[in-house]
Amino acid sequence: MTFLNYLINGISLGSVYAIIALGYTMVYGIAKMLNFAHGDVIMVGAYISFIITSKMGLPAIVSVLAAVVVCTLLGIFIERLAYKPLRNATSLAVLITAIGVSYFLQNSALLIWGSDPKSFNSIVDFDSIKLFDGQLVITAEAIVTVCACIIIMIALTIFTGHTKMGKAMRAVSEDKGAAQLMGINVNSTISMTFAIGSALAAIAGVLLCSAYPTLLPTTGSMPGIKAFTAAVFGGIGSIPGAMIGGILLGVIEVFASAYISDKLSNAIVFGVLIIVLLVKPTGLLGRKINEKV
Amino acid sequence: MKKWKALSPQTRSDFITYGIVIAAFIVLRLLSAFGMLSNSLTGLLVPLCAYIIMAVSLNLTVGVLGELSLGHAGFMSVGAFSGVIACAGMESFIPNPIIRLLIAVVIGGVLAGITGFLIGIPVLRLRGDYLAIVTLAFGEIIKNIINCLYIGIDGAGLHISLVSSAELGLNSGRVVINGPVGAVGVQKISTFTFSFVLVMITLIVVLNIMRSRTGRAIMAVRDNRIAAESVGISITKYKMIAFITSAVLAGAAGVLFAMNYTSLSSSKFDFNQSILILVFVVLGGLGNIRGSIIATVILYLLPEILRPIQDYRMLIYSIVLIIVMLTTNSEKAKLYIGKIKARLTKKNAKGGEQGE
Amino acid sequence: MKNMRKILCAVLAVVMCTACAAMFTGCGAKASPDKLSIGGIGPITGDAAIYGAAVKNGAQIAVDEINALGGLQIELNFQDDVNDAEKGVNAYNNLMDWGMQILMGTVTTTPSVSVSSEANEDRVFMLTPSASSTDVIGGFPDASGNVSIARKDNVFQLCFTDPNQGIGAAEYIADRKLGEKIAIIYNSSDVYSTGIYDMFMVTAEELNLDVVSVTSFTNETATDFNVQLNEAKNAGADLVFLPIYYTPATLMLKQADAMGYEPSFLGVDGMDGILTVEGFDTSLAEGLMFMTPFASAEHPEFTNKYVESYGVEPNQFAADAYDCIYAIYEACKIAGIDGSTPAAEACEKLIAVFTDPEFSVDGLTGAGMQWTADGLVSKIPQAVVIKDGKYIGM
Repeated sequence: MTFLNYLINGISLGSVYAIIALGYTMVYGIAKMLNFAHGDVIMVGAYISFIITSKMGLPAIVSVLAAVVVCTLLGIFIERLAYKPLRNATSLAVLITAIGVSYFLQNSALLIWGSDPKSFNSIVDFDSIKLFDGQLVITAEAIVTVCACIIIMIALTIFTGHTKMGKAMRAVSEDKGAAQLMGINVNSTISMTFAIGSALAAIAGVLLCSAYPTLLPTTGSMPGIKAFTAAVFGGIGSIPGAMIGGILLGVIEVFASAYISDKLSNAIVFGVLIIVLLVKPTGLLGRKINEKV
Repeated sequence: MKKWKALSPQTRSDFITYGIVIAAFIVLRLLSAFGMLSNSLTGLLVPLCAYIIMAVSLNLTVGVLGELSLGHAGFMSVGAFSGVIACAGMESFIPNPIIRLLIAVVIGGVLAGITGFLIGIPVLRLRGDYLAIVTLAFGEIIKNIINCLYIGIDGAGLHISLVSSAELGLNSGRVVINGPVGAVGVQKISTFTFSFVLVMITLIVVLNIMRSRTGRAIMAVRDNRIAAESVGISITKYKMIAFITSAVLAGAAGVLFAMNYTSLSSSKFDFNQSILILVFVVLGGLGNIRGSIIATVILYLLPEILRPIQDYRMLIYSIVLIIVMLTTNSEKAKLYIGKIKARLTKKNAKGGEQGE
Repeated sequence: MKNMRKILCAVLAVVMCTACAAMFTGCGAKASPDKLSIGGIGPITGDAAIYGAAVKNGAQIAVDEINALGGLQIELNFQDDVNDAEKGVNAYNNLMDWGMQILMGTVTTTPSVSVSSEANEDRVFMLTPSASSTDVIGGFPDASGNVSIARKDNVFQLCFTDPNQGIGAAEYIADRKLGEKIAIIYNSSDVYSTGIYDMFMVTAEELNLDVVSVTSFTNETATDFNVQLNEAKNAGADLVFLPIYYTPATLMLKQADAMGYEPSFLGVDGMDGILTVEGFDTSLAEGLMFMTPFASAEHPEFTNKYVESYGVEPNQFAADAYDCIYAIYEACKIAGIDGSTPAAEACEKLIAVFTDPEFSVDGLTGAGMQWTADGLVSKIPQAVVIKDGKYIGM
């Protein structure tokens, strides 16, 4: 029973990582850049949602929509201002700029919303499922996060596989120059990717804080790094990979702290990652190029 | 003068780099002798030197070898903590602090080098961003392990535990590394002159590697792995040389850094610290050693200069970082700077004002 | 147009050069000689920003009150250390250039250990509101009886030390028979938390307390506490001791509630502030006990002022800082220190006043606070329990 409980905890933690990792992998797959500011966009999304539900008292669904809109605009804005001028620069230059953006968002949040923690009110308002006389608990947030994760994964797979815009994205991902020659507007395609990635970040932020309700200006950074690890774990650029990587990471983290050592659980998670990468150097699902976004 | 002109442009450039560092050292020494240095700057000199060594050594991995490393602070951490232990162990029989520091730097460097070798075996098999994430992973693992590490010294030698300081079973000794508290009661023995010497050694080592056969082989691996392999360059060997050298230097910098504060905690050497050093390297220019030094000086001093603006300090820092990256890397900005340069050189040619 | 650009460049260059020169030579902004110059150091950015901000704000309220009295005037210069030893020493040196006479800080333990050594060398009097490790003041043996840092005679604490809190908590459990089986969940990457935990375990053994489960988490894994709570639950613990700060505690209480685990919870002073977390469902904290020197409800004047100025309820850090400034102010009045007294002279005089058994301060965090030569404060901890969303004294 305890084992099952831990498994469920792992999956619910992992689904949060997975949903963040989906955004990471989406942007990486197309723009080929490690967007270290992704975690901070999540934080912004969570703050927007918090303000709308707690301060204005509007319903949860409005707050999610508002968070999505604000983050999408923020994503497009960041992309225009900070990443677009570097389209032909080295990937490292873009990486450092992304780090600059990350610092900027964190410190802006600190100035705007202050350093005191906020407790996020869950947007999910049905009860947890209790089985076997309450010995096994599945929280409502976990169910919603896992469902959202699966829906987003399927939607993204369909979008990149079957729509015109999605195909354009894949083309840009394969070969920017050739895509341009085929009449694809590379710039707007990449902007679109950022818009989608940021919208996903907003949803991830709301779900992250629903499941783990402490909200601080640094809330996004640690889950951001973990999700980045998850994305690499599953094969960065692969949409199902991000999902699997995220959930596995969560399960390993919980099991490591339950059965091996709670002090060293972080080291164990990264240790497993290293072993996986040694066996499969491009992550679990990263090999097949046609699976890349 | 004739001899100077006879040197190759590369060698000349290297000598200019040495010259700048030596000149800066002499100027700072003189200022300090006349009491014209502020407390702030005096306090910043040793860590600044440590960061310069970090940046130069990371440049060897990122700029010269061309592999992105996100865990450089891990080596610094290994060096720092082994240096602290070494120093604590030698306190009783080597009274001279400089000799103790020197031995500690060597021990820290060697241990970081061994760590670099062990990590290098799996890491260098990977490529690109996968390599980057594995270095990040190692950095986090090192941080996590040191966080649980308890080491004490008494008459019987070293005691190590992963549980608690009480488990060490010390017999009137002292706890050197105390889990999450890290090392406390470290003797401050780093000096500016020693740091300067270490910076010079780092520069000589790195610049000589770069200008040697080894360096050319490493750069060949970076520029075209397959071509390099096909002309008989051993990829693993040269990757390893660059990676380990970089780790050794980072370890030495770690000792220097650790010996400048009375306390040291493992959480200091986290992902953000690695990123900070990476920022120095990228901003200074990949493969450009002098650039790394200048970027480190500017970016390390910037948050300190910005102290008067208090709350907005880190915000301004991030904005400056973004703007600098955009202006040095974006095509439009490059074009614009090129124009200004062209105009200036025209003026100079006409005999107008001199160099700006 | 060309000229404009040239002028702009020149202006920028001049600004940069002055900024650098000011920093290099220490001719930047200077403390005014007719005001007492108190320096403050703490994290106002980064993970621990909340504690630094609370101290900064609390201290500022005290300074404003004192300045309004019209007697000795105080100027407070608060610098950021990002909860890092290196940045802490940088901030300290910056304050030395500014002309700091007395140091109120640093807020967190890690930078405080380094900064207190510097202050001890330079002979600057230092009173820390909240850095609670004994390494800050020095001269204390650790759990195995070894002294690794000598006493820094000019460094004093206004808060309880971590070991004292650990001992206090264990004794409190034994005295009041709060629980039969005790579980502990602590943060193994945090100095404060492990400091309390170590001493708690030693005392618990002496008092024959039945500790059935010990689990920990780190800053990197401080999101999911189900494993730790499950172990406590499976071990049958009816009291969970949480020597942690309130931010992870809010998460933990929620997760315990979700899994239907309802033991009693006992916290330490870091738990203070849990009711002020915006949006926190205070019913989750119902019955939470903790030991704190400060309960905001008992000091409405300060609390109202704080809420008015900063929009949030003050926590214990703010109250500690407020008391620090008043303690320094009272001591300076006795010792006859003003804005023109050199730091080293002020330091010796203040040590004499602070260690004087006649000297006592009534503050928000305790009445009749006194200090001993070993740097410790004596004040009485107060246990409070949360009932109906309010702190009630026990």
